[in-house]
Order: sequence, then structure tokens, then C-alpha cells
Amino acid sequence: MNGRETVLSAIRGALSGVPDSERPDEVPTSHGRRADHVGPDVVDLFVERAAEYRATVVRVPPSGAAAAVGHALARSGARSLVVPPWLPEDLVPEGEWSLLADVPPLTVGQLDAADAVVTTVATAIAVTGTVALDHGPGQGRRALTLLPDQHICVVRADQIAPDVPEAWGLLDPCRPLTLISGPSATSDIELDRVEGVHGPRILDIVVVGDA
Amino acid sequence: MRIALFITCFNDTMFPRTGRAVTELLERLGHTVEFPQGQTCCGQMHFNTGYRPETLPMVRRFAEVFAGYDAVVAPSGSCAGMVRDHHRVVAAQYGDAALAEAVEHVVPTVYELSELLVDVLGVTDVGAYFPHRVTYHPTCHSLRMLRVGDRPLSLLRAVKGIDLVELPAAESCCGFGGTFALKNADVSNAMLADKMRHVQDTGAEFLCAGDNSCLTHIGGGLSRLRTGVGTMHLAEILASTEGDVR
Amino acid sequence: MSAADNVVWLGTPAFPEAARAALADTRLRANLRRATGTIRDKRLAVAAELEDWEELREAAATIKRRTLRHLDHHLLRLEKAVTAAGGVVHWASDAADANRIVTALVKATGEDEVVKVKSMATQEIGLNEALADAGIRAYETDLAELIVQLGGDRPSHILVPAIHRGRSEIREIFRREMGEWGRPAPEDLSDEPRDLAEAARLHLREKFLRAKVAVSGANFAAADTGTVAVVESEGNGRMCLTLPETLITVMGIEKVLPAFADLDVFLQLLPRSSTGERMNPYTSLWTGVTEGDGPRNFHLVLLDNGRTATLADEVGRQALACIRCSACLNVCPVYERTGGHAYGSVYPGPIGAVLTPQLAGIENAASLPFASTLCGACYDACPVKINIPEVLVHLRAEAVEAKRRDRLLPTSEALAMKAAGAVLGSPRRLATVQRLAATGARLLARDGLIGALPGPFARWSGTRDTPVPARESLRAWWRRTRPAGSEGRSTTAEGKGRR
Repeated sequence: MNGRETVLSAIRGALSGVPDSERPDEVPTSHGRRADHVGPDVVDLFVERAAEYRATVVRVPPSGAAAAVGHALARSGARSLVVPPWLPEDLVPEGEWSLLADVPPLTVGQLDAADAVVTTVATAIAVTGTVALDHGPGQGRRALTLLPDQHICVVRADQIAPDVPEAWGLLDPCRPLTLISGPSATSDIELDRVEGVHGPRILDIVVVGDA
Repeated sequence: MRIALFITCFNDTMFPRTGRAVTELLERLGHTVEFPQGQTCCGQMHFNTGYRPETLPMVRRFAEVFAGYDAVVAPSGSCAGMVRDHHRVVAAQYGDAALAEAVEHVVPTVYELSELLVDVLGVTDVGAYFPHRVTYHPTCHSLRMLRVGDRPLSLLRAVKGIDLVELPAAESCCGFGGTFALKNADVSNAMLADKMRHVQDTGAEFLCAGDNSCLTHIGGGLSRLRTGVGTMHLAEILASTEGDVR
Repeated sequence: MSAADNVVWLGTPAFPEAARAALADTRLRANLRRATGTIRDKRLAVAAELEDWEELREAAATIKRRTLRHLDHHLLRLEKAVTAAGGVVHWASDAADANRIVTALVKATGEDEVVKVKSMATQEIGLNEALADAGIRAYETDLAELIVQLGGDRPSHILVPAIHRGRSEIREIFRREMGEWGRPAPEDLSDEPRDLAEAARLHLREKFLRAKVAVSGANFAAADTGTVAVVESEGNGRMCLTLPETLITVMGIEKVLPAFADLDVFLQLLPRSSTGERMNPYTSLWTGVTEGDGPRNFHLVLLDNGRTATLADEVGRQALACIRCSACLNVCPVYERTGGHAYGSVYPGPIGAVLTPQLAGIENAASLPFASTLCGACYDACPVKINIPEVLVHLRAEAVEAKRRDRLLPTSEALAMKAAGAVLGSPRRLATVQRLAATGARLLARDGLIGALPGPFARWSGTRDTPVPARESLRAWWRRTRPAGSEGRSTTAEGKGRR
């Protein structure tokens, strides 16, 4: 018997007490959801919670998005900016930095040497201060938001879901997904939180919308 | 109300004064208390130590002896919890249908003292008087098996003359755990040391709880260290009146 | 090789003895107290933020229990979905199987090193050692796992494996060992966590950038879509899951969830329960392979290794619902004093005390179900409502039964329990023993208290005085003060509540 059959028959043996009439999908998995904890202003909550993770969060009107990205780059002193395919052009600021397009794909070494990356998001979650990327147009493949030391994330206010369950419904499971809540961090040494380990050490979030 | 007192084997042997206090208290509140002489033990020690078949006769005896009362009161969160949570398990595993049915009948009538007073008899002020500084330790089984919540504290708050002070880290286990204190004596001692420190930090004259087992453990430590802090079962404080000299 | 070979560490004494050594380590106790206390408070605060916390726990418990009852069905769905998305599924019935599969997969790539995301499952099967035997070096990349690996140590906490190490110890380990494994630590390395983390970043960066093969565990896998999830904080997970060409994920069979839609429940519960955060910094989800993004080869190894034996126990089965958040460790008064090594298992703490004996066999961990006061704090904290005290007493019964089977003569404890059972089986015998005890104890006592006690009670009496049994038991008092007739049934000596 191969491993597959061995494991499956062991499982079936262990579950001999489960009546044959019980169907796997009979018990509903749906659960009541109360999101009273979200409060009235979803965007405010997102900004507050993302900032609590020591992301730098700014709110700008649509016309101010590129300038906000430029400010973030200037603050960190970034000199090179990775630009994912199909990033809206109006998000790329004028400035001294060199732009690195991922077409053809940049090498790991090139990405590691790049200072910053700017992306859009698939959705965001207010209650947890999370941005969610599905690595589609404007977000780039996963390595783009991993190796450069600064990630600037542009979030449209109308992309912010109040809570995890609502955001979950917006995500496409067929795509790779990355949920990001603040810069990378560790608490492994005496539970002292340190920001910035292997992922980008600087996370900027630009929330775009008419306030 | 006709109430049977389930004293528990430990109280019966070591702390009959707790049983006398429960009796005095309930009679003072106008109820009839009976003591079925056939009672012995809830079987918790055997059950929790892994001797399940040995628990069966005790479960059977309990269901027979305590059948038919309006309420059964146990001055022990741990033993009341054993009856409520585990007698069904033993009956189902080793007993017969008749026992299972008897257990089903008796279990809903069994209350820990503070539950009986607050939920069944509807009193929080039992007319007690106890002019001392007291701190209360919520024993784990009262807290997390029975979920008595703040019932004991609301009873204590209504006691005249009492100076009730909060116990730091009150909800931490004292380290007794039945045979745990013997099998894992070192860990038990470490937990006891912390509990005693918290008790002493309150400056209380008396440590109060709803379980004499935990009180024996903590009180034994406090006595060894000659702290001068005494222990009192909740029933004894609630039974005290202005007439008492303590 | 049996499941016990790696789940349980050989040479660890029974829990009481191992605990005694741990208790003597005052620095360890101080570290643990501070660490568990901090997480405990954070967890309570963020759990209280969610209005529907209890409903979420209930939903998670229901989903997990239901999935376990039809585990074969869901695993087959998972296999189908992963395969359709370009992944390859392997089945391993034990640690040896799993190690053989992973080793062969790495060998097939021609590589002799792998980077690893923190994974309990690969700890459990001793994968690093098996790879080393085959000439393949496995680099742990989680900071705490790195500390454990460089220190030649064992993990002592599910979430914070190096919780037993202080910052200065970590500095010493880094300075001594990093050079042996790759980029050395800077000469002037301080013991500031920030500097230590930076040293780890630099040390691991070169490994991430050149790695061709990664090994990970999995927090969850959705059967309907084949999506696998890894929850982490540092970004080492993203590095391993994204940069290499080949990704091998070893996952316990109990990690499967019926649907991608179920994940939202667990992603709300897990971070809040484990680190006390609203969300962990990074959660990665992937479905098979994606053209132009991430590994080109994805292998999912489904691991049994004692899980089906656990599944067969209808009470103990619930331990398989565990999502490895470690909330039970952080609230456990026993774990707080002893730390994780005393459990002698990859899985320490309350969940370890119920999982280890089931995965490895009760005879290999017989002291663990007794390493608890049954205080119930773990059950209250568990986000998937595993009734750990219930499973503990269930396993205690199994441990006692196993001993009964193996011995011709009963243990002294069994004899004592039998004697106690006989006394407690009859009110008349109980009354007699009460009278004897009251008299006998007075011979031992001074001022109404007993000091030293013999035999199994010596360790009790070393730190506690024991009151003597009352001169008059309650049943004796009742009979004396409430004479026959005044209270009908109270006078029936062996009365069984007749009326």
C-alpha cells in the first residue's frame, strides 16, 4: 500500500464511529458576524490602526497621490524606485530617483539593491490596519514588495473594507495573496518588539480619497 | 425549601465547622437542611487521577442518596463541579441506563453554596457580620468549571463590618490541584509561593474561598511561614453574626 | 522510526523531575514570567476588542470538529485542488516517510541546502537531522528558530521557541556560532534586540537570495481552492515562499479547512490569540504555482505521524483542532513556572500535555497528562475551544489503564486509590476511618497542626502545615445533635435516601 492509501485507510478506520448518513457539508460553516467594533468611520479607523503598526500613513486627495509618494521617498532618501507593471502613471512622482520597471523581470540582486517600491493594493482592512495585495496589475509579483527596503502602498479610500470577513469576500483565492500589517517585525528576543527584519523596514501608506 | 447538605468527604473529616456554618446559615434564612447519612464522596480524586472505574460506585451512591431534594448544596466549587461536569461522563462510560437517568435527575439540583444563595434563594445580604479585613481567592473550579462569577464577592460585600480587599492576580491557580500537589510538588510549591505573596500583600487577616481544599494548601503554607493570616470558608464568614465572638 | 522518536525528546526525565530542574533556574523563571505575562495582557485586550469573539471561537470550534469528522473527504478535495493548480501532493504516514519524501525532492533539485520557515511539523519529524544525514544543510530563518539552531538547543515555546534565552545569551550564541554557518556576527554586536535582529537579517539575507529550495509548514489549507496559508511576522516566511524555485510544504493532515471562506474566522482568531496583535505583519497565501511569480515547483506533503491514532479517540480528537497559537501556554500557571523544556516534547504546555501522549503513545509521555492542576485557564483561552482539562483527565485514565495492563502487581498509588475507594464506598467505613484518623493524627500533631509527613506526603509537608482531622466529623455531629426522629432521613446510617 502506498502512503496515500495507508493514510486514507487509517483516517477511515479512525472515523468508523461517524455515521455514514452524516454528510461532510451538512453542518453550515457560516457564522453570525457582528462588526459593531468597526465604528462609524472606516477610513479613520484604518488610518489609526495602520499607524499603530508604525506604518507611516497619510491621507491625500486624488490630486495629491504622486506628491505623497514623492514625500515618502524623499523622507527615506530613496534613490531608486521599483515600478510594477500597470501601476497608474499618476502615482509616479517627479524626482531624482531612477525608476526600475519589472519588464523584463528584475533579478533578485537588482531588487535587493533597489531602495523602494510603490504599489496599489487589492483591498485593505480597517479593524486590523492591514493592506492586502493580490499581486495583480499595479502591485507586481511578490518579490517586488519584499526585497526593497521601503514599500509605499497607495490605497483608495473606497478599497478599505471594515473588517476581515468583508475583505475576505473581495479576495481571489486563485491569486497569490499577501496581507501586510505594518513593517516586518519580531518579538523573539525577550518579547521586545523590533520593527524591520527581513521584509521592508519602512511601510508608507497613502490613503487617497476626498476627505 | 428542603435542602440536602452534601458536605463532601474532605470537609466532613477535616472541616466539619464549614458544614455547621452552612447549616446555621440556611436555617437562619428559614430553610430546612437535611444531612443524608448515606453520603460519602463525589469521586473527584479518583476521577481526576485516572481511576475511573473506581469512581462509579461513588457516582451511583450520590445519585441515590441525593435524589428527590429541592436542592443539594455543596460548600465546595470543586466537588459541585465534579458532580455537574463528570458524573454524567462516568455514568455513560461505566454505568447503566438507570444510573444515567438517576444522574440526569440529580445533577440539576446540585449547587455550590454561592449559587444556591444568589440564584436559587435570591439573597445576597444574608445578615452576616464579620468585622475583619478579608481577601477572597476565587478557586479555579468555582471560577472556570461552575462559573460562579462574582456571586461570592457580592455575598461578601453585603457582610456588615467586613473590610474586603482585592487579591492581586486572584484568578491564578494556587497550585493545589488535588493529587497534583503530591505528584508535582515542586511546581505546586512555586505556585503556592506566589499565591501566598499576593495574599500577604493585601494585609488581610483572613483569606476566604469556597473550597477548603485550596484553603488547606494555601493556609498550610501561610501557617508554616507564621504569617498570622487565617483561612475561612465563605460559609463561615456568611454564618457569622453580631452574636458571635471570633 | 515511530512517531515517538521525535515528538518526544529522548533522555528527558518525567515531568516532575524535569520541572524541578527548570524551577531551580531563576533567570528562566523571570524570563517566562515577564514574557507570558506580557502576551497574556495583550491577548486579553485585543480579544475584548472584537464584539463577536465568542461567536468566532464557536465558529472555529465547529468548523474544526466538523472537518475532522470527514477528514478523508476534505484531504481528497485538497489534493485535487492543489494538483489542478500545478502543485504535487505527497502522503506520509510517519516521520520516516515524510523525511524520505522531502529528502528525495531536495536531492532531485541537485541542491545541498534549503531555507526553512518555522514549522512545528518539521520539528516533529526531525527533518533537519534527516536532511543533514543526506548531506543537505537546512537553515532555520525565523529569528527564534535561528537562535535555537545556532545554540544547538531545543525550542521551549510554540510561538517564541527561544523564550528561555535572554538577550545576552543570544548575543553570545550569535558571536560564537554565526561564522560557522555563514556571515559572522559583527565584532561589536551589542545585546540590544534591534542590533541582534539586524545581525540575523544580514546573516540570513545571503541565504535567502541564493536559495533554490525552501521548506515550510502550513497554518491552514483550504480544500476547495487548494490555497495554503502561512502566518508570520518577520518576512522570513515571505522570503522562503517567494524567492526559491522549489517550495516543499510539510503539513499535518489536521490543518485542512473545508473552504477558503473559512479562513477569515481563523485569521481573526489566530493573531489575537497568539501574539496579542490584531493581525500579524505578514500572511502569505498561495494556490499551487503562479506563472511569473514565486516558486515554479510546489510540493505539499500531508503528514499523519500519529494523527490518525489521535483521531480515533473521540474525546482526544479535539486536540487536532489546535491552530498552534500558544495562548494556552501563556495562561498556564504550570508552564509559566517550568517553561517548555520540562515537557520533553516538540509540543509543550497544556496543548503539548494532551497532544504529545496522543501522537507519541501514552507510554512515551505518561507523566504529561498529570502536569496540570486542571485549573481550566487553557480552555478559556483556547480560540478553538479545545477542552484541554477534559482531555487531560481522559488521558490520565488511559495512563492508569496502561499501567494496570503492563504490571502484574498494582502500583502503590493504585493500592491507595483502591483503599480510598473502599472507605468512600461506605459511610460506615468512612465514619470509622474518620474516628481513627482524628485520634491518630493527634499523635503526630503539635498545636493542632501536622508538620512532617511520611512517604508520598513528604513533599507536601515540606512547605505546608496540615490541620488534624476534626475530633468530631460533621456526620457524627449531626447524629449527636439531631437525634433520631427529629430529622427523618438524616438518621439512616446507611440510608440511601429512601422516602
